[in-house]
Amino acid sequence: MNPYVPILIMMGVAAVMAIAGLATSAIIGPKTYNRAKLEAYECGIMPTPHALGKGRFNIKYYLVAMTFIVFDIEVVFLYPWAVAFSDLAVFGLVAMLGFIALITVPYIYEWRRGALDWD
Amino acid sequence: MTTFQPPVIDWAALTPVLVIVGAGVLGVLVAAFAPAARRRSIQVVVALLAPLAALGAVAWRWSEVVGGGESTFVAGQLAEDGFGLAAQMILLVIALVGFAVLASRLPGGEDAFTPQGASAPGSAYEEAARKAGLEQTEVYPLALFSLAGMLVFTMANDLLVLFVALEVLSLPLYVLTALARRRRVLSQEAALKYFLLGAFSSAIFLFGVALLFGYSASLTYADIGTAATASVGMDGMAVVGLLMVLTGLLFKVGAVPFHAWVPDVYQGAPTPVTGFMAAATKTAAFAAIARLLYVAAPGFAWDVEPALWVVAIASMLVGTVLAIVQTDIKRTLAYSSVAHAGFALVAIVSLPEGGPDALLFYLLAYSFATVGAFAVVTLVRERDDAGNVTGEATHLSQWAGLGRRSPVLAAAMALFLLSFAGIPLTAGFLGKFTAFVAAADGGAWPLVAVAVLASIAAAFFYVRVIVLMFFTRPEESDEPQRQRAQAVAPGALTRVALVVCAAGTLVLGVWPTPVLDLLAQAARFVV
Repeated sequence: MNPYVPILIMMGVAAVMAIAGLATSAIIGPKTYNRAKLEAYECGIMPTPHALGKGRFNIKYYLVAMTFIVFDIEVVFLYPWAVAFSDLAVFGLVAMLGFIALITVPYIYEWRRGALDWD
Repeated sequence: MTTFQPPVIDWAALTPVLVIVGAGVLGVLVAAFAPAARRRSIQVVVALLAPLAALGAVAWRWSEVVGGGESTFVAGQLAEDGFGLAAQMILLVIALVGFAVLASRLPGGEDAFTPQGASAPGSAYEEAARKAGLEQTEVYPLALFSLAGMLVFTMANDLLVLFVALEVLSLPLYVLTALARRRRVLSQEAALKYFLLGAFSSAIFLFGVALLFGYSASLTYADIGTAATASVGMDGMAVVGLLMVLTGLLFKVGAVPFHAWVPDVYQGAPTPVTGFMAAATKTAAFAAIARLLYVAAPGFAWDVEPALWVVAIASMLVGTVLAIVQTDIKRTLAYSSVAHAGFALVAIVSLPEGGPDALLFYLLAYSFATVGAFAVVTLVRERDDAGNVTGEATHLSQWAGLGRRSPVLAAAMALFLLSFAGIPLTAGFLGKFTAFVAAADGGAWPLVAVAVLASIAAAFFYVRVIVLMFFTRPEESDEPQRQRAQAVAPGALTRVALVVCAAGTLVLGVWPTPVLDLLAQAARFVV
């Protein structure tokens, strides 16, 4: 069998799942229309068309996003390291400690410059 | 299952890079812990000592490596050879003078950067930050990180390493572009354009990397070169991939048709950043192009060369013609740098036969003139009614008669412009001469003919600025009355940078033998 056939099958299954979900809910789901349904999806809070104060978003949002990325990237590398920990041995340990030390530096910078104080 | 073999890392070969990265990290910690009053002075000391220390490290590596000690390490992903070390040396010299200009302040104490990058242009916050005398000292670590990326760029022997280095050098530059103290909106627009187009070119670069990987099943240059000689078929894919990778690199040097960002970004960025960026990015990217073509692509020379010819000719012609019609000095210099990208490509086209030393000499000569010319631009200022120094006077008509008011500064500018134009007894002349001779030796006669014609045409607008400075009375200009430019006294750091750039331009023009010999020694790639 061609090795690409399983991939094709998987793509087909994924397409069926996506389309079937939409189709089923369109056919048998209850239909109610209200204002909230037409608004942008905002995790339950009231959506605001513009940021407060002339269309500029508060800088804090970006700080939160960037802090998230610092830890997110850290975790992205920690998981594969944990999986291959015993194979990588000392080399892996030293490399990861260096990485974590470096990624802590921007965090320290944030903390010292007051970016973690919300107000 | 094979057991994991840790890669062999030649830490000694990495010392120049490690010094600069370490200084950048130290700079971030200084920004975090040093008291606000002393932050700037500590940052400046770190930013100036780091390239000096790295220069020492490069000199040490040079003595170890040149003449037989070349090697590749980390599984062939990085190369240490004379060419890379010579390019790093040039980059560090540019960084020293560039950072000196970056750190300079006007007599009134204001630097080139916005007091608070996060505040909206023209807002009350910005005014409050300005009154409080805040300074954005983060520019120094940012510049150091960018420099670290450039250093890796010159030794990258693997497409993925090249990509990471490309991003490390680009991302800080996008941020630095946005931080001009005056004309904030223009500066932010420039940064956004640079970022969007840069991201786009990075995507093309990555697509090309993917195609080359599909072709040779490897990302290291040596393996790609082997695959090319072994003729594995699918040559079309490799050529398209190579051209896409070259597109990403040619974008960074601002060659036509990938030059659209150059004038806007050079104009909008803080002028010291423009000087550093114009010289250093170009040097690093040309070094990367040379290594890529020389190590990975000799098997495709016939396929790639026509494309390079087209880009070189288009860069020289478009850069020259559009520079002639500019009215803003920063935009004139930007288009002139597009033309210079074309001239440097002439040296690249000759690569397999002509040595890379012609390219390196050209880049060194161009860099001195570029950093120097933009340093002069930072000093030529307007004044408000009360006589306070305000923004830079970048409109060409404002420069009329500058030579009468500040002869020394105007003479320095004239020297840099003559070097751009390639007038004998300046570094630019020998740079062009060696590059063109190397190309002619390689048989690229038509290209050299176009290059010589473009040089002659380009001399027109350089000489026009000189005539404007020295032989035009301000009242003779037919432009609507703009305010005359006044030169301010340069600070100590700018003064040193200007002297170094002027001396470099003159010495390389009059007595270039030591540098040429040094570069000829270095002109070797490790495969």
